Amino acid sequence: MTTDLLKVQHLKQYFPIKGGILGRKVNDVKAVDDISFEVKAGETLSIVGESGCGKSTTGRAILRLDEPTSGEVEFGGKDLLSLSKAEMRKMRKDLQIIFQDPYASINPRQTVRQILGEAMAIQNVLPKKEREARIKELMTTVGLGEHQIDRFPHEFSGGQRQRIGIARALAVDPKMIICDESVSALDVSIQAQVLNLLRKLQKELDLTYLFISHDLGVVRHISDRVLVMYLGKIVEIADKKSLFDNPKHPYTKTLLSAIPVPDPSIEKDQIILKGDVPSPIDPPTGCRFHTRCPFATDKCKDEDPELRTNDDLMQDGHRAACHYIEEIESGEMQPNY
Amino acid sequence: MENENMESNESIIKVDNLQTSFFTHKGEIKAVDGVHFDVPAGKTLGIVGESGSGKSITSLSIMRLIDDPGRIKGGEIIFKGENLLEKSEAEMRSIRGNKISMIFQEPMTSLNPVYTIGDQIAEAYQIHEGTSKKEGLRKAVDMLKLVGIPSPERRVKAYPHELSGGMRQRAMIAIALACDPELLVADEPTTALDVTIQAQILRLISRLQDELGMSMMLITHDLGVVAETCDYVAVMYAGKIVEYADVYTLFSNPKHPYTVGLLKSLPRHDIDQDELEVIQGMVPRPDNLPEGCRFAPRCPFARDMCHERLPDLEDLEGGNQVRCWIHTDQWDGPEVNVKDDYGSAQSSTS
Repeated sequence: MTTDLLKVQHLKQYFPIKGGILGRKVNDVKAVDDISFEVKAGETLSIVGESGCGKSTTGRAILRLDEPTSGEVEFGGKDLLSLSKAEMRKMRKDLQIIFQDPYASINPRQTVRQILGEAMAIQNVLPKKEREARIKELMTTVGLGEHQIDRFPHEFSGGQRQRIGIARALAVDPKMIICDESVSALDVSIQAQVLNLLRKLQKELDLTYLFISHDLGVVRHISDRVLVMYLGKIVEIADKKSLFDNPKHPYTKTLLSAIPVPDPSIEKDQIILKGDVPSPIDPPTGCRFHTRCPFATDKCKDEDPELRTNDDLMQDGHRAACHYIEEIESGEMQPNY
Repeated sequence: MENENMESNESIIKVDNLQTSFFTHKGEIKAVDGVHFDVPAGKTLGIVGESGSGKSITSLSIMRLIDDPGRIKGGEIIFKGENLLEKSEAEMRSIRGNKISMIFQEPMTSLNPVYTIGDQIAEAYQIHEGTSKKEGLRKAVDMLKLVGIPSPERRVKAYPHELSGGMRQRAMIAIALACDPELLVADEPTTALDVTIQAQILRLISRLQDELGMSMMLITHDLGVVAETCDYVAVMYAGKIVEYADVYTLFSNPKHPYTVGLLKSLPRHDIDQDELEVIQGMVPRPDNLPEGCRFAPRCPFARDMCHERLPDLEDLEGGNQVRCWIHTDQWDGPEVNVKDDYGSAQSSTS
């Protein structure tokens, strides 16, 4: 029986827009708008979506790097949003994050020894004397040499710097790591090295990942389950296999069909969406995808669809937020391009 | 028959032994080091490579947009029978944006933020076609319509910041195509865009290419984009082309260990993969390139000869051109099938 390590309920993150002479709040950017999901201990759940869908905001809200507007975040049975700042800082020992740009997230004036040492000192892991040995061990774990311990970040390449970011997250012995576009800035050959490292570490250290990415190839490789977001809402969540082989939401289908396949002999049925992603300031009414969806009806304009499943069509745990899962599946509804 | 063959082989641009270097206080950095290729008329050549491979410098060299401390050191760029490297700056100006156009990765930095989209399209048209401003703006509306920007009459008056990323890239394409170029050089045109928008733009580019009969050079790091849009592919590594082939041959039958490694390290969304193959190590620093084959330090098949001597780009039977000792008579190692043996060779060396 696997337990839920992280449980997010009705999470909302609105960023106020101030305007006018008085600088009053005139509106909100609804970056994350009422989402709920769980991450089981030991699994990798990925959040995918395009720019502005709220995937990174979700990660930051869980860690309270931005204070969420409302909702509940339960981690290891504790309600994170009720913790004081100091308690939350302690909590981050178990819940770490690796960012996209290792150059921007590592202090350029510290050596690797200082970077990793500081992380341990803040969380007070291990007695001081043992830290040195642990730092060296960490370096080897992430595939850097012990001899590089006194180097500065600029002396490393992008891929190596990301390994430092990983080592820093591991330094405090976390239970869960949020990876926010952690391999997106890397070249493919280096990206593969880092992805393999993340998978290896997960097995060895029993880590849980919340993996945030826009790259569905990467997501298919690393995830157990996948959650697709569009404009602040979850549109589909499922087992990796179920999601990639049997996508049910029209947005997921489009997203999958839009990715260029590195094989010229495959003729794909590409669905090309109309228009751009609407603004999260005034998101469309009803289903947020209806302005671009080839199946949209009046009902989609008016009613916000709930995440739901259909036992005949979908595997256990596969849910999609669409009014017309059945009609689209049976061919009763045809796309209108 | 022979005539037909001639026609299909006619190339719009032929690059021969192009060398572009940057002269810094650390010494000469050979960003592009003896590159040869040609783009057949009406076709698309993809140039792929990772950061630092020299792919963007190649495209900038063709446009003669290399600034100090960089310099095109040698070679020829023959565009429709004339060597671009012998042109004066004034002559180049009448070619750029007219016969050869370029689009860049980040439309926000290549569009002028203080002029309207319409002005910027009209400018190119006025300069090269010598028309009035009014005529230019009329052309701008037509171009915006062509690239699929809704309500073009209104959008000609918009400033770049008023458009979304996808719309800005469409506007860039409109500027580039305003003078009906014969060659379009697109440097990572969709890299900054989301996938659904990327799909729109790629479809737009290939539609326009068909309609206008342009030839194209597409510079990208994305093998998926290459597979979907290109007819021919050149793979670059550390300033040199390591493999060249038509797109089907390259993907189904890659011959260079780097190409194979690149394809195997790519996580795919459409198939299951267990462990990703990796390419060990990292790209060599351009100021400190290896002596022999530049890929040798990372190559699972490398032998002494690879570290000592640089192989030439040679024609193979299957239609590939490959720069690798394995495929020559001089190879002194055991017989290797690069594609099939890559994984096992990789694990035995690492």
